[in-house]
Amino acid sequence: MLRRAAFACAIGIIVSPAIMVFLWMLSLSLKNELDNSTYPPIFIPSAPTLSNYTQVFADNSMGLYFLNSLIVSGGATLIALLVGIPAGYGIARLQAHRTTVLILIARMTPALSFLIPLFTVFQLLGLNNTLTALVITHLVITVPIVVYIMAGYFETLPRELEEAALIDGGSVFTTFRYVALPLARPGVVVGTILAFIFSWNNFVFGAVLAGRATRTLPAAVYNVLTFEQLAWGPLAAAAIVVTLPVLLLTIFIQKEIVAGLTAGGVKGG
Amino acid sequence: MATLSASPAPAEPGVPAAGFFRRRRRALRLMTIPALAIVAAVIVFPWLFTVYMSAFDWRIGSVAHFVGLANYVSLASNQRFLEAIGHTFYFTALAVVVPLLLGTAAALVFHREFKGRGVLRAIFTMPMMATPVAVALVWTMMFHPQQGVLNYLLTSVGLPPSLWVYSPTFVIPSLVMVEVWHWTPLVMLIVLGGLASLPTEPYESARLDGATEWQLFRHITFPLVLPFLLVAAVIRTIDAVKAFDTIYVISQGGPGTASETINLYLYLQAFAFYNIGNASAVVVVFFVIILALALLLLYVRQRAKWSA
Repeated sequence: MLRRAAFACAIGIIVSPAIMVFLWMLSLSLKNELDNSTYPPIFIPSAPTLSNYTQVFADNSMGLYFLNSLIVSGGATLIALLVGIPAGYGIARLQAHRTTVLILIARMTPALSFLIPLFTVFQLLGLNNTLTALVITHLVITVPIVVYIMAGYFETLPRELEEAALIDGGSVFTTFRYVALPLARPGVVVGTILAFIFSWNNFVFGAVLAGRATRTLPAAVYNVLTFEQLAWGPLAAAAIVVTLPVLLLTIFIQKEIVAGLTAGGVKGG
Repeated sequence: MATLSASPAPAEPGVPAAGFFRRRRRALRLMTIPALAIVAAVIVFPWLFTVYMSAFDWRIGSVAHFVGLANYVSLASNQRFLEAIGHTFYFTALAVVVPLLLGTAAALVFHREFKGRGVLRAIFTMPMMATPVAVALVWTMMFHPQQGVLNYLLTSVGLPPSLWVYSPTFVIPSLVMVEVWHWTPLVMLIVLGGLASLPTEPYESARLDGATEWQLFRHITFPLVLPFLLVAAVIRTIDAVKAFDTIYVISQGGPGTASETINLYLYLQAFAFYNIGNASAVVVVFFVIILALALLLLYVRQRAKWSA
């Protein structure tokens, strides 16, 4: 009995920091400025309000930045799927394992070091401050993830079906399209979600390359901080607007997250 | 491929000829070309450009001068850069060791069967995927010396309040705290995967011999999970060395330069001073440091394998 209580305690201690930070974030976002600036802090809002959310959407154009993020992460993920799924198939069937070394080195390279040359080139092309430049840069994140996940997934598929289709006179492309691809749907889902999440979470590309109107959400949220030092309510509301989509997507790929995080593409600065 | 085309396969019905395989390989290669082209443009080109530019004295908007290794030479005597390397190592050491210890402990707990394990594990892993900038903002508010919730918690259990990220001494440990919160779940999941793959026989026979729980962990679990711990250590090291978002949002490398890591210094050189030549040299040195750390850990892993 005592052992069980101790074990329950251990679980509580382990899980509580994770949930507490999110609950505090939620609490800050639902309190009015008065509640947020009192000390000792109020944990449960006395009069919960959504005004912080309406404020960040009205005053800080959160809606526009949300749309920018959708375009950039959606676009970069879509392009990554278009080129990455066939490439993953090619790599798996050619057993070209050396290409994964390239991905590993990319994983080790600090994101800023991709940014310096790309920034310089975009400057020359007059593409800085455009969503196009951001989509191109986010390919640094999405393409390696999709290629890596898909190559791994196609390797697990049995080759007999494809070989049968080939011998029956199907071309490599039709075999890929009508035999391998439908079987690889679970891999495509994982690759899509991971690529989208890592792209969505990226801060530094948006912070450097975007102009006032083309910021992605993380860059925009950071700007809420710098301009409104102590407006904690709107800040927390903005933080929730950024994080919530990611946390919801995570639910679908609980088991595969580790694969993405350990070997996936370029994440973080 | 050469051997395939040199020895034509017998033209029996049902057995494809060599030309078939050659065409198949060519088609497969063709499928990888668009992705390779993108990788060449946005990943390989930046690598080459960086190495090339590191030999120039160039600010955006001015004329580039070839200076050979001068950027590297000046980095070697650049006090601020050397301090940044020190901060990076300090931050990395803490941000690797603490998550490894806590992650292993958490994995041992989650390895047991208990009610609600799936849900609790999902909650525990939430920090890992949360947008770093958003989380960093919440921590910024929590660290606030006058109104932050952390000082409230400290004082309510009778401890003195801390200046957290506003103190040159505590800024790096405070930032590590955020990093630990963020990435302990990843270590936990990797170790949990290791635990799931353990055989049960050694435990049964050791229990029969009267081994204690600690002895079981020390002599059976730990050696078997060690390879997984080292994988986690490699990943954690690479990520901790490169940590940027959290530090940039919470402390901007301050107070003063007390938490300025290589990555923060690099950002300043590149995008505040547009000193591309110097920044490129920093990138090259930075990459060599990351590569050296990763190789060192992989070497340790090999050693651990041989001695096991």
